[in-house]
Amino acid sequence: MEAFTDFVQFIIQNLINALQRGSFYAVISIGYSMVYGVLMLFNFAHGDIFMVGTYIGFGIATLFLALFSGFLPAPLIFVATVVTTMFLASWIGVFVEVAGYRPLRSAPRASAAITGLMIGIIFETGILILLGATRLSFPPLMKSVSYNIGGIYFTNVKVMIIVISFLLMLALHAFIQKTKWGMAMRAMSYDFLAVPLMGVSINIIAPLTFAVGAGLAAVAGILYGQAYPILDPYMGVIIGWKAFVAAILGGRGSIKGAALAGYLLGFIEIFVATIFPSTLRDLIAYSIILLILTYKPRGFFGMEHSTKLRL
Amino acid sequence: MKKLVCLTAVAFAFAMMFSSLGLCARKTIIKIGINAPLTGDIPKVGEGTKYAAMLWLEDIEKAGGLKVGDKTYEVALVIEDNESKAESAVKANTKMITQDDVLAIIGPQSSKQAVPAGEVANKYKTVMISPWSTNPNTTLDRPYVFRGCFLDPFQGPVIANFITEEFGFSKAAVLYDVASDYPKGLAEVFKAAWEKKHGPGSVVAFESFTTKDTDFSSQLTKIVKSGAQVLFTPQYYNEVPLIVHQAKELGWKGPIVGSDSWGSAETVKLCGKDCYGLFFSSHYAAAGAKGATKEFIDRYKKTYGYVPDDVAALTWDSLRLIQQAIQNTGKITGRIAKDRTAVRNSLAKIKNFAGITGNMTFTEEGDPIKCAVIVRINDQGEYEFYKSSCP
Repeated sequence: MEAFTDFVQFIIQNLINALQRGSFYAVISIGYSMVYGVLMLFNFAHGDIFMVGTYIGFGIATLFLALFSGFLPAPLIFVATVVTTMFLASWIGVFVEVAGYRPLRSAPRASAAITGLMIGIIFETGILILLGATRLSFPPLMKSVSYNIGGIYFTNVKVMIIVISFLLMLALHAFIQKTKWGMAMRAMSYDFLAVPLMGVSINIIAPLTFAVGAGLAAVAGILYGQAYPILDPYMGVIIGWKAFVAAILGGRGSIKGAALAGYLLGFIEIFVATIFPSTLRDLIAYSIILLILTYKPRGFFGMEHSTKLRL
Repeated sequence: MKKLVCLTAVAFAFAMMFSSLGLCARKTIIKIGINAPLTGDIPKVGEGTKYAAMLWLEDIEKAGGLKVGDKTYEVALVIEDNESKAESAVKANTKMITQDDVLAIIGPQSSKQAVPAGEVANKYKTVMISPWSTNPNTTLDRPYVFRGCFLDPFQGPVIANFITEEFGFSKAAVLYDVASDYPKGLAEVFKAAWEKKHGPGSVVAFESFTTKDTDFSSQLTKIVKSGAQVLFTPQYYNEVPLIVHQAKELGWKGPIVGSDSWGSAETVKLCGKDCYGLFFSSHYAAAGAKGATKEFIDRYKKTYGYVPDDVAALTWDSLRLIQQAIQNTGKITGRIAKDRTAVRNSLAKIKNFAGITGNMTFTEEGDPIKCAVIVRINDQGEYEFYKSSCP
């Protein structure tokens, strides 16, 4: 009996770990999917937009904590940090679209795709030159309190990360389904040649998509800073790749798919490391994903029209 | 006539210029290469290396140059960034040896770079001292490669003994980076030492991750459930805070013990109060140092604003060793290959060198025999001497 409770504890503990990890993949991979939906290309700078967003969040958090920590309650500072960072980071998204992708909109797909990689490298080295190579420590925006319920350990920070990620995705869903802008984005993903003829300008919808994606990535960055409080200029690379994998797995252009696949990726990574020796984690985790893609080449929610263009 | 005089004067001036240039080219400058991780995963290590080297150069310049035999030579440093990558470290060594004609190389610091870079230095018959690399393979079968610190086969048992004596534990867990030479080597040495002491299976969890991972929750959940009493993690300062922080979140109550890679000045800055009270093995302890060690610490702190970590101290010692070796050769011929071999031979002969991290005598392999200290991070976040252990 005791062995059984131990086992259940172990599983639930890992479920919580996986939910936290998956939340990051989910929120970041949505950014890839949204851009793909509108422009039919993957924005490979997204991982680095996430990194820049985290640095902006770091700056804003440090500033607000210094200014207001005496008299404003912590949750308010947190909300203010999130909102300000989101606003500033969305301009990074707009910048990437206007400076990087717009001039290449009629260029071959491959040129547009590698633009993202180059912008990513510019961001990485830019931050490196601007702030130096020293690691920065993200200030905690709320006091971390540990709970132990029936042998399962979690903190308020973990719960907050999971809940906020979920709320963000709900808000995005509402935005896309209920607003005029969202409708324009959806229309654009069906036919980006005909929709501009109907009076929806791609020069507004494309930057808007980048802005929303970057804003989400920046919030993910703040949450990431709470969970793993060490910032470095290359932090976006690997998480960007993995979120990209999630975006493909979920089905190109499908936001729902990207979110689900992000969580799935988190679960696979955590549970593979739990069952097998942790050395084999990525090998086994990504072999599983390769296998899924072999049988479902369009991912979970990929539609015919969203895969007709290669790359 | 006037024209002729003028032309002659100009020609003479040119001749003067070229001859002085020629003299410059013939004048031997002793170049020392520094191969350090100025960017990449552990930039603080690179910074410490560079700063220590600059202090050393300052001393040499104050003395008007380096006196070898009866001549005084100008000394220059060639500082190359290895980005904390193995391939860049190899490239940096090759460049410094073949293009810059350095007499000797200090660095790289971590074993991940020092093991492959040592191969290059040995191939080109150029002396290399890695101040901080504790993996045996760095110097193994390489007569031209030396190090400034003790080895992991020594460090591992020191830590195992310390934990056993201090806490009386018999079940340990290990968490390490499987993709990096230093943590991987030390984790294995520690496991062997611990199991020799407490029997097979006494390392109840032996978990790994790969470089740049930030989430260790599944490994740590396993470790917490394994019933281990102590967690040993031989990681660098960019990972230690994450590991300590996540371990506490997941309900880890026991002590966490580290190795000399914790000794960076950044560890406590990034980790904060979570790391207070933890132990790690190191090369020297800054708090409460005496004599020449204190002199170095005070000078470094005055110049750069923080207490030097072990990397800086070891780099300082390595540079002074090289200086001693060059001076012991008695003469610089200017023929770089010959001079490099002469420096190598005189370095191997140095006995009982009084360094600020302890006395050193090299073995056949180019490894110094020296003591290790156990450091405790005190409640002010300083590295405090706790215990020392000698071979």
